Parts: sequence; C-alpha cells; structure tokens
Amino acid sequence: MLTLDWPAFTPYTAVAGGVLIGAAAGALALGGGKIAGISGILGGALSDALAARRPAPWRLTFVLGVLMASVLWATSLPIPGAAFKAPWPLLLIGGLLVGVGARLSSGCASGHGVCGLARLSRRSLTAVATFLSTGIVTAVAVHILLH
Amino acid sequence: MNKLAFFSGLLFGLGVLLSGMTNPDKVLGFLNIASAWDPSLLLVLVTAVLVAFVPMQLAQRRSKALLGEPIAFPDTRSITGQLILGSAVFGVGWGMTGLCPGPSLAALASLHAPQWLFFASMVVGMTGFELWQRAAANKTQRTAAPVRPGATALGSKS
Repeated sequence: MLTLDWPAFTPYTAVAGGVLIGAAAGALALGGGKIAGISGILGGALSDALAARRPAPWRLTFVLGVLMASVLWATSLPIPGAAFKAPWPLLLIGGLLVGVGARLSSGCASGHGVCGLARLSRRSLTAVATFLSTGIVTAVAVHILLH
Repeated sequence: MNKLAFFSGLLFGLGVLLSGMTNPDKVLGFLNIASAWDPSLLLVLVTAVLVAFVPMQLAQRRSKALLGEPIAFPDTRSITGQLILGSAVFGVGWGMTGLCPGPSLAALASLHAPQWLFFASMVVGMTGFELWQRAAANKTQRTAAPVRPGATALGSKS
C-alpha cells in the first residue's frame, strides 16, 4: 500500500517553489508570448546553432537567468541534491533518453507539465500522463534492481 | 523581451531550487511508489499550474503579448505517435535518474560531477535528435526536389 513519507514531505517549500515557477512561466507567456519549457528553449537554441543561425536572444537570456539563480543560490546555500550519488551509466543513459525524449515529444516537465497543463493542452496532458507512467514504472524497477 | 526572459529564468531557477526538485532523491521519492511516498513534486506541479493558469489563458486569447511580441505558442493539436513515444522515452530517463532538463540546468552551480554528466548527456541527446531531424529533412528535400523545385527546406522546428 502507498504510505506517505512524512519526514521527506516539504509542503511549504513545494508550494513556494511552485508559486515562483508558475509566476515565471506566466510572466514569460503573457509578457513575451513564449513558453518557459527548458527542453524547448535549450533545444531551440541548439537547433539554431547547428544550422549556423544565431539563436533567438531571449532563449540565451532565459538560460542565463536560470544559471544566475543557480550561482546566487550556491553562494549562500547548498544546492538541494548537491551531493547525490548515482551509478554513472544510469546518468549517461538517462541523460540521453531525457534529451531525445523531450525533443521528440516537444516538451518536458516544464513545457508540457507546467505550461501545457495551464494552457489545458490535450497534447500536454497526454505527454504528462505518459511520462509519469513510464517514470513511475522505471523508478520502481530501478529501485528493485539496485536494492 | 531579453530582460523579461532573464528575470523569468531567474525566477524559474529560484523556484526549482526552493522546491527541492534539483534533488534527484526527492524526485525519485515521488516516482518510486513502491517505497514511502513523498508527494512534494505533485504539490510543486499543481501549485505552478494554478499560478500560471490565468496568465496562460489570458495570453492564449491574445494575438500579441504585453511587450508586443507575437504569441508563439505551439499550434499542433493532434496526439501523434511521436508525442507518445517521446514522452515515454523521456519518462524512462527521468525515472532512471530523477533528473529532467529544468532542475538539471538549475543545479549546475553545485559543480557536482554527476549533475554535469547528466546535463552533458542530455545535451548530446538533444543534439543527436537535431542532427537526425536535419538529415531526415534533407532527405525529404532531395527526394522532393525533382517534383517540386521551388519547395522550401523542411527546417527543424524551433
């Protein structure tokens, strides 16, 4: 049966973080007409660079903003998960699958998850249901194999 | 537009860090329902969707954004095999590692080698996808060329 991991559950920071993520996505959409999807922004910039085109500047400044947040955070607090351990083949293969999969489906947890669901997009709802399902099955399988 | 994108990125990054989603063990605590379950990720997602809902819906009903840029939202409607296959593959990689593009980018300043390994693999995966798409587009263009000499290249979507 599903039991809650109460000590691990962090409702306040989850809600506060969610508010900031939602506000960031809302501001970029209403203010700039763009989707704050990380795989779309990174992949779009990559696509332009590979075609020897100059990537759209807003993609670069958005990425710069996220990196700035990362650096600012790291100067005062440890980044959550900064010392996580995982077998390197898992990270290598997992990274490849996440990169290819996100581009193939035109979105990831931010693009389909946050922006797509807020737009009530049927494609995004399908994508989220699919990656949650395969994500849960894989995480359970890896947990059983490694423990 | 660039200032807006920068501040949106900054806010997004701080949100991801504050929510704890850069910690793969926390994400796996949500995905791995066979052990004690941490619902934090669900709460982050639901809150973010609720907060983004009104501005997204307003944006969707406008032709231009507040700063005057056109609304550049995806207009594809159909549920394709590519969408399902891509999401399924994405989910497998996510479930293997507990990492996905946003948190992976926001955690780079930790300078933790596994974090960088994942990020680098992800960029390689994205690059591979782009190259494959470009090759496929070129092939289509070559086969289509004798029939439709004026056809424009099927550029990769951005």
